[in-house]
Amino acid sequence: MSKYLLRRLLGATVVMWAVATLVFFMLRAVPGDPFLAMVFDTGDPAAADEMRRAFGLDDPVYVQYFKYLLQVIQGNLGTSIYGSRVPVSTIIAESFPRTISLTVLAFTIAVTIAIPAGLISALYKYSALDHGVTFVAFLGLSMPDFWLAILLIITFAAGLGWLPAIGYAPLSSGFGTWLSHLIMPAIAIGTPFAAIIARMVRSSMLEVLKTEYIQVARSKGLMRWYILLQHAFPNALIPVITVMGIALALLMAGAVVVENVFAIKGLGRVLIQGILNRDYPVVQGAILVVSGIFVLSNLVVDVLYAAIDPRIRYE
Amino acid sequence: MSLLSVHDLELGFETPAGHVSAVNGISYTVEPGEIVAIVGESGSGKTVAAQAVLGLIPQPPGEITGGRVEFDGEDLLGFSEQQMRTIRGRRISMVFQEPMTSLNPVLSIGRQMTEAMRLHLGLTREAAEQRAVELLGLVGIADPGRRLRQYPHHLSGGMRQRVMIAIAIACEPVLIIADEPTTALDVTIQAQILALMQDLTRRLGVALVIITHNLGVVARYADRVNVMYAGRIVEQGRADSVYRRPGHPYTIGLLNSVPRLDRPRDVPIEPIPGSPPDPARLPPGCAFAPRCLHAVERCRSEVPPSISFEGGHTARCWQTAVTRPETAP
Repeated sequence: MSKYLLRRLLGATVVMWAVATLVFFMLRAVPGDPFLAMVFDTGDPAAADEMRRAFGLDDPVYVQYFKYLLQVIQGNLGTSIYGSRVPVSTIIAESFPRTISLTVLAFTIAVTIAIPAGLISALYKYSALDHGVTFVAFLGLSMPDFWLAILLIITFAAGLGWLPAIGYAPLSSGFGTWLSHLIMPAIAIGTPFAAIIARMVRSSMLEVLKTEYIQVARSKGLMRWYILLQHAFPNALIPVITVMGIALALLMAGAVVVENVFAIKGLGRVLIQGILNRDYPVVQGAILVVSGIFVLSNLVVDVLYAAIDPRIRYE
Repeated sequence: MSLLSVHDLELGFETPAGHVSAVNGISYTVEPGEIVAIVGESGSGKTVAAQAVLGLIPQPPGEITGGRVEFDGEDLLGFSEQQMRTIRGRRISMVFQEPMTSLNPVLSIGRQMTEAMRLHLGLTREAAEQRAVELLGLVGIADPGRRLRQYPHHLSGGMRQRVMIAIAIACEPVLIIADEPTTALDVTIQAQILALMQDLTRRLGVALVIITHNLGVVARYADRVNVMYAGRIVEQGRADSVYRRPGHPYTIGLLNSVPRLDRPRDVPIEPIPGSPPDPARLPPGCAFAPRCLHAVERCRSEVPPSISFEGGHTARCWQTAVTRPETAP
């Protein structure tokens, strides 16, 4: 197992390197010069050259690239090229907890709704309950998150005044305050995934309930709920975990968009502002972190497989 | 009083094409400690007839439309799901056809062996595990303590079927229903498993209903036999009697299509011509008539009654006078 983990981490490093390289060259292929934009008012190209030199951006691209890689290996993500030149790691450290809070909350909401909904749907197949769950699932699936976000704001913030419309409060300011700021964006991005996972649980459960070992469990005289939870559910969970892993990663991508609707200064806002400003180090750093989360969630999924299914062992 | 007696059991399935009857009024009995075979080819209704005894037919689409299933004097068809759970695994247990898929892949062997014992016998985990070790020894599995901690994928097909048998006898039932318990196994393993089941049921005094398509199995292991064709029992009797002097042309056909070592090698196996009827469109008379070499007009229009021979041996055939051999075929 530890050997397997080591191999996977090595693979993850290669993926991260590829992402870093791709982002590095793509950014430089995009037209636009941040320094010329900065000195637009004065129109002094000498000042722009000065700044470019200070950031090492006057070197040939391949020199910049190797310098950048060397930096990253040392854990240095560079500094923003704007304003007071804040280190990228500081910017990320500030914005990342917001995004991860939102993602984890959205994921938790999605899973806690989806699993019971999917189970009920499977157990009462073709009943009114099942059709109801299916209808809501497709509704949730077909609503874009930013639109749902706006609907939620109109209803619960502007209309009923129950929740703050925008902004973020850290967990340290109290769980209630934290939750009241995050619940709407979390529902907005979590809903489509709740729908997907619920459908997945339903079909996977129906598949498992048809198997012979469930028939065997019934022939032993076991209770219905015991068979469902102890015999069927763990088997049904195996394909669902794959989808949950993908969902976790995509929820982060969803967070990036919805953060803007709710004016939460998370990684998504940082990223979008960075791209608009051609703030190379910030964009590179943010994408590197996001890709790290992707790789990590995949690894967690694979480890979870082995925990649930004894047939899967990593040597 | 018989341990199990099935009277005129009728059941069918609702399909998009309409109601299809799978079992058309079968009756048979099982005495305590006896081995009874139900023989028939795929689609003859033998499996669903057995599952109906334990209430394992999903309803819908399945539907029991008539008959009684009396077990120990009580009609199981009138039992609630909750009452059935006190019968399943405790008084009547079942061994299934596919050992590769009848054990849950994510639960340990020990867990799957002990859960019914803990439920029905109220044993503690330790006591149940100890008994599970004994049971594994009884079914011929070496190193039972280690096996308990293993998962189904660590075991071969034959071993898994041994585990299933151990599970079946765990709560000391009085009846075991085995649905083609050896069909999925290698030929060499088949004989071992059948011998094991025979030995255990004899030793423990458990009755065994063995569902099979193999008349060879019947000859060696069963006390009595019921031959099913298209949802009806066409012949029943003591195994030796049915084997030596079969009364129904279908049984004769089955016997002739089994390769036998006691016949000259150049005698070809005679398959039964044609194929079983579509249960949705059964012919009005004897269901076997379209495939029968001795069928007369009456066979095609009227369902034959049960004709009795010596020793309780019966067959449903109009033509037994013509077809039944004087001695063994």
